Amino acid sequence: MQIHLNGTPKTITTESMTVARLLQELGIPAASVVVELNKTIIQPDCYAASSLQNNDQVELIRFVGGG
Amino acid sequence: MTLFTLPDFQQLQQTIQNCTTTDVEQALITKNPGIHDLAALISPAAEPFLPEMARRSAFLTAQRFGRTTQLYAPIYLSNYCTNRCAYCGFSASNRIARRCLTLDEAEIEANILHDRGFQHILLVSGEAENAVDVAYLEAIARRLRGRFAAISIEVQPLSTADYTRLFKAGITAVAVYQETYNQDLYKQVHLSGKKTDYHYRLETPARVAAAGMREVGIGALLGLTDWRAEGLALGLHLAWLRKTFWNTAVTVSFPRLRPAAGAFAPLVPVSEKNLSQLIFGLRLFDPDVGLLLSTREEARYRDGMLGLGPTRYSAGSCTAPGGYSNPDQTDGEQFSVGDQRTVEEVILAIAAKGFDPVSKDWDSAFQTER
Amino acid sequence: MLTDMLTIGGHTFNSRLFLGTGKFSSSAVMKEAIAASGTEMVTVALRRVDLNNPEDDIMIALDRKKCVFLPNTSGARNAEEAIRLAHLARAASGSSWLKLEVTPDPRTLLPDPVETLKATAELVRAGFIVLPYMNADPILALRLQDVGAAAVMPLGSPIGTNQGILTAFQIEIIIDQARVPVVVDAGIGAPSHAALAMEMGADAVLVNTAISVAGDPVAMARAFAQAVEAGRTAFVAGMGSRGKQAQASSPLTGTLATDLGFLA
Repeated sequence: MQIHLNGTPKTITTESMTVARLLQELGIPAASVVVELNKTIIQPDCYAASSLQNNDQVELIRFVGGG
Repeated sequence: MTLFTLPDFQQLQQTIQNCTTTDVEQALITKNPGIHDLAALISPAAEPFLPEMARRSAFLTAQRFGRTTQLYAPIYLSNYCTNRCAYCGFSASNRIARRCLTLDEAEIEANILHDRGFQHILLVSGEAENAVDVAYLEAIARRLRGRFAAISIEVQPLSTADYTRLFKAGITAVAVYQETYNQDLYKQVHLSGKKTDYHYRLETPARVAAAGMREVGIGALLGLTDWRAEGLALGLHLAWLRKTFWNTAVTVSFPRLRPAAGAFAPLVPVSEKNLSQLIFGLRLFDPDVGLLLSTREEARYRDGMLGLGPTRYSAGSCTAPGGYSNPDQTDGEQFSVGDQRTVEEVILAIAAKGFDPVSKDWDSAFQTER
Repeated sequence: MLTDMLTIGGHTFNSRLFLGTGKFSSSAVMKEAIAASGTEMVTVALRRVDLNNPEDDIMIALDRKKCVFLPNTSGARNAEEAIRLAHLARAASGSSWLKLEVTPDPRTLLPDPVETLKATAELVRAGFIVLPYMNADPILALRLQDVGAAAVMPLGSPIGTNQGILTAFQIEIIIDQARVPVVVDAGIGAPSHAALAMEMGADAVLVNTAISVAGDPVAMARAFAQAVEAGRTAFVAGMGSRGKQAQASSPLTGTLATDLGFLA
């Protein structure tokens, strides 16, 4: 299946991919980001239960320096 | 909505008494005078600076309002009153001829003023809702709004909903004077009636502004207690109203009790010099505030003060209901006027000083509901 | 001055210097500059994680015990985008602080007053502590205050221009009228600009570029802290007014003044 991760297509080979697993594979600590799945914010305690579907839009967002 | 709260009256007095010449000098040069500067300007320490204060007050007044003096006239609708107030001619316990004008009679009075050239009238009544209620005021406003640019009222305190109703009917401004900001004294001079509720009255200007009125007038009777502390309280009330209701203009009136036969004697004398210091001080404190000087004051004083701070004068006033139709009748007056000149004479005096007498700065016909 | 504290959204600040965290050469320099500035409020922006560099996390460099985090909505071009960013910011920060920025014109990055007012009203309803970035328009400041903004942040000059307080006259009116704190934001290019804003009576200033791109950002942060404190102290002390004409330090009573001979 294919998802759109931060605007870029990404092919997922693993079955039953979840948000938690995606973060783990990317090496991103869950506490450092906000996850938006199809424009809905996913609460951290739901990461493990949020499975990804084909064509899902996933946004991983975090704070950066800014004024 | 946060309510207006005032420090203890004695604390206000103390603040003023603590002001020194240095404080006054600082207040005179500061760009944006604050409440402590006002305290200094109305303190005894500022008395030697009165001419300088007058000069600055005149400059600020001309800068903000131009070389103009606005004119208005009161129409007394009714002298029925359910309150007993020690200082007032309309007090319920006074034996005077009582009268409440019918709508037609009120309209006749208004037409007389209209023919004299007035565009701004102030509808005044004693505080008796069985004589003058919201429906009555609403009816008068609807009758008169086409003929006058501005219609102010000075009646009993009303609710925000009632003020909204009156605004829709064409009332543009409401004056409600606290009489005194000294709570203890307030209890002593307001003997009975709804007016005994100090806080309800204190919160009235906020209700007026919340209803969307273009202007709210505040004031204190001068002669009941320390005028300096009353002045500082007025300044605090004014500043609070400005911050809280930025789109309602504020005016201040200076009803000064004068010694007169058979009338309530001032508890504390307030001289013309004192009154002038208060007017100049408030002008320096707030260059935008409208300052009213009524016909309570004598012609000599009013002429002298033209352009020095006040922005609005009443003229040719009669303070009894129906007084314009029956000029010989003086029974039932609220107070006897100090400046007895006709409006023509006042206009000439204003022009002679190089000022433009103006009858309006707005037309209530343009008024829309917000 | 222990009594002279600033309160915004129920939180009390000792320092009246707010710091932006953009454009620093490294997290280490930023961290040191924040410490040197004494700031208790830092702004941060929200961006997509750089998937090629996923370890780059500003939060590691910032101490949330010392500073309130003020996420901004930079990049938003309308109210809708700003509101989406605001909710993301709340999820990311766990708090409701928000610096609302709506800048549709990428050239000037000037804030859109209509969209800003709309977004402020909606975000206040959603429970955010909203500090809108705005042009120095006094009526807009009052309208934002009326819909519940916790403070207003008028610009001194367009962001990043280092031009100083070009809007001084308007900002003075805003300071005079506002019930909420006024934080002068954008365009402050030198400590003297910050001092001027504080002398005028601003409640705080927000500085970013002038510190982050200085030759020595840490020393510059210190300089700004001193300037803000000096300006504030001067304001509290009561500034004399400046006029075109000379004002005698000793007042001229009696002379050149209005004749009050009419008084009884």
